[in-house]
Amino acid sequence: MTTLAESVRLALGLMAGFDAHLFGIVALSLRVSIASTLCATVIGLPIGAALAVRTFRGRGAIVATLNALMGMPPVVMGLLVYLMLSRAGPLGSLGLLFTPGAMVIAQTLLIAPIVAALSRQVIEDAWLEYRDQLTSLRAGAWRSALTLLWDTRYSLLTTVLAGFGRAVAEVGAVIIVGGNIDGVTRVMTTTIALETSKGDLPLALALGLILILIVVLLNFGAYATREWARARSG
Amino acid sequence: MRRANGHVRARADATGPRGLPISLDGVGVRRGAATLLRGVDLVVAARTRTLVIGPNGSGKSTLMRVLHGLVAPTEGRIDWGGLAAPPRGQAMVFQRPILLRRSAARNIDYALRIAELPRAERLRRIDGALAATGLAAIAAQSARTLSGGEQQRLAIARAWALAPEVLFLDEPTASLDPAASRAIEALVRDIHAGGTTIVMSTHNLAQARRLGERIVFLHEGRMTECTDAAEFFRAPRSPEAAAFLEGERL
Amino acid sequence: MNRRSWLVLVGWCALALRPALAQDRFIVVASTTSTEQSGLFDHLLPAFEADTGIKVRVVAVGTGQALDIGRRGDADVVFVHARSAEEKFLAEGQGVKRYPVMYNDFVLIGPKSDPAHIAGGHDIVAALRAIETAKAAFVSRGDRSGTHIAELALWKVAGIDIDKAKGPWYRDTGQGMGPALNSAAAMNAYILSDRGTWLSFKNRGDLEIVVEGDKRLFNQYGVMLVNPQKHPNVKADLGQKFIDWLVSPRGQSVIASYKIDGRQLFFPNAGSNA
Repeated sequence: MTTLAESVRLALGLMAGFDAHLFGIVALSLRVSIASTLCATVIGLPIGAALAVRTFRGRGAIVATLNALMGMPPVVMGLLVYLMLSRAGPLGSLGLLFTPGAMVIAQTLLIAPIVAALSRQVIEDAWLEYRDQLTSLRAGAWRSALTLLWDTRYSLLTTVLAGFGRAVAEVGAVIIVGGNIDGVTRVMTTTIALETSKGDLPLALALGLILILIVVLLNFGAYATREWARARSG
Repeated sequence: MRRANGHVRARADATGPRGLPISLDGVGVRRGAATLLRGVDLVVAARTRTLVIGPNGSGKSTLMRVLHGLVAPTEGRIDWGGLAAPPRGQAMVFQRPILLRRSAARNIDYALRIAELPRAERLRRIDGALAATGLAAIAAQSARTLSGGEQQRLAIARAWALAPEVLFLDEPTASLDPAASRAIEALVRDIHAGGTTIVMSTHNLAQARRLGERIVFLHEGRMTECTDAAEFFRAPRSPEAAAFLEGERL
Repeated sequence: MNRRSWLVLVGWCALALRPALAQDRFIVVASTTSTEQSGLFDHLLPAFEADTGIKVRVVAVGTGQALDIGRRGDADVVFVHARSAEEKFLAEGQGVKRYPVMYNDFVLIGPKSDPAHIAGGHDIVAALRAIETAKAAFVSRGDRSGTHIAELALWKVAGIDIDKAKGPWYRDTGQGMGPALNSAAAMNAYILSDRGTWLSFKNRGDLEIVVEGDKRLFNQYGVMLVNPQKHPNVKADLGQKFIDWLVSPRGQSVIASYKIDGRQLFFPNAGSNA
């Protein structure tokens, strides 16, 4: 437990000292995770909405596959993306390996199934409620899906936050496709992994505490915004 | 759901509005092992005010949905003024009002945009519908924060703004208090006075007495009566209807 | 409002995805965890950057993985410490030429309790034999790294067929140097480590250096340019500049000037036959 006390002191010291190196790492973590969350949302929400509103052959199989993909081990995804982006691989000419872009790609692929699967559930529940009325109004499948997406926006926000949480916390994928290059692809989680492997456990734990704090603050902010918006518009 | 195919030109009744009369011929609805409706022969004529009554589980909701085209019959035939699919110009209000998470005015605007009306016309109709339903004061308020009675009036306002040929109402006052229910009934009368055909289901006999011109009585999925309201309440022909009027649970 | 939000989202995605601007002159060097974790690169690379304006991006993994990255053409230069593996790399035509750069040494780390009674010795082979006889806990890297390859070679020199001799006392962890040291500290086990990583390692527990100074613990580093004929994307000129700088008097003196606790870690020997 002395390690924990020492880590808390270290964490406070790092934050108060406005350590530029640390801030760079935090900024990169947020940039990568927010970007991948946004991309995953752009990809996942329409898929979730389409699956919720339309019935077609094979829908059950796709839903089951999406649910299963939520449990994709990040390190496996990292390996797959690495093989794709490596110069020896099909997309090597893009030169994305060992750049933040590769990290965003890997994380997007990890989170998109989560966003799609969870949003599908949210929208499907709403569709049950709205279906008769929207059909009566002749809204059509496309417009209905968009309407549902907008009307369930608060629940969908929770889904997006879940995706973000997964992104900012994972280390297995980004360390493989990013290479943990100092100043280029080193993020909070990979730094924690590095400091742990160097045996500097108090520092690693301190960074971990800072990461948790950031995520908690972000979630508080999102919750507050949601409640404020909800009070305004019901 | 039967999609409206507005381009189908069938030989409809030249003198009446499109989509009317609605004719059901031996219509039945089976879902799995359950029979929700069977052998319904019914004609809904233009500008009538028909009330569908019967005990719980008798198939009222199912019949309403078949008439509006939300549910396809598994037996029998249905046509809307000769058309195989229900045309535009029909609206429905459900027992619990389904409103979008936006202001009252925007809810009505949503329906009108689907109907592809130009902006000026939409604004005009929104104002008119809100005024007619006494909701002008809450036009900008979020629909979900309105009271139950206000929400249902808004649902009717939305339907009204569409100027439908037929308005279906599925037990619209079931969850409302008497004052709110009366307000809804007054609106239904107004809409009917404007030339819209009304088909409404209710489990409230007093309401049926107040509003009905024609009564359709359902019992366990079968239509046992379809007659003029005054006659029905004076002397129902079927024993089930008689028992229902006596207040016995069937 | 909805449409604008979507545009902002898509814009951000595009921005985050753009690869590094071409204006940045940089090379990717695949190297080992020991070179990075000893802190050498933090000392060396800024000097190179100041001298040439070329940025160096180091991907630090085990020697085996570093050479693999080179084989895939994902790095411009490989900088590792396992001569046999490097020569194999050259023989495959994956590298252009091997330049010796510097050496440091391995040390045998062990618990203060010293169950094999080898502390203070200078004979690594005798020490390994003693460990095997005593079946004392021993942690191996097990990850095809330079250190791992060196460890296996030493067992061979000691006349021990480690594949046959290993038992529960031999813990094959498959980890990098740092994590393996963590494991050894937790298990109170012997472990072969490079001096640089040991000196900067902070979680020592009850461990200390038990054997050092044996010439067979000599750990040679070599650098190679990945063959641009096999991998046209390799930045051959920038990569060669890096190699030339490393073996130049300037580079060699920067290497020599790196110290931890006043102690020099790496000994430059470019131009030798090592």
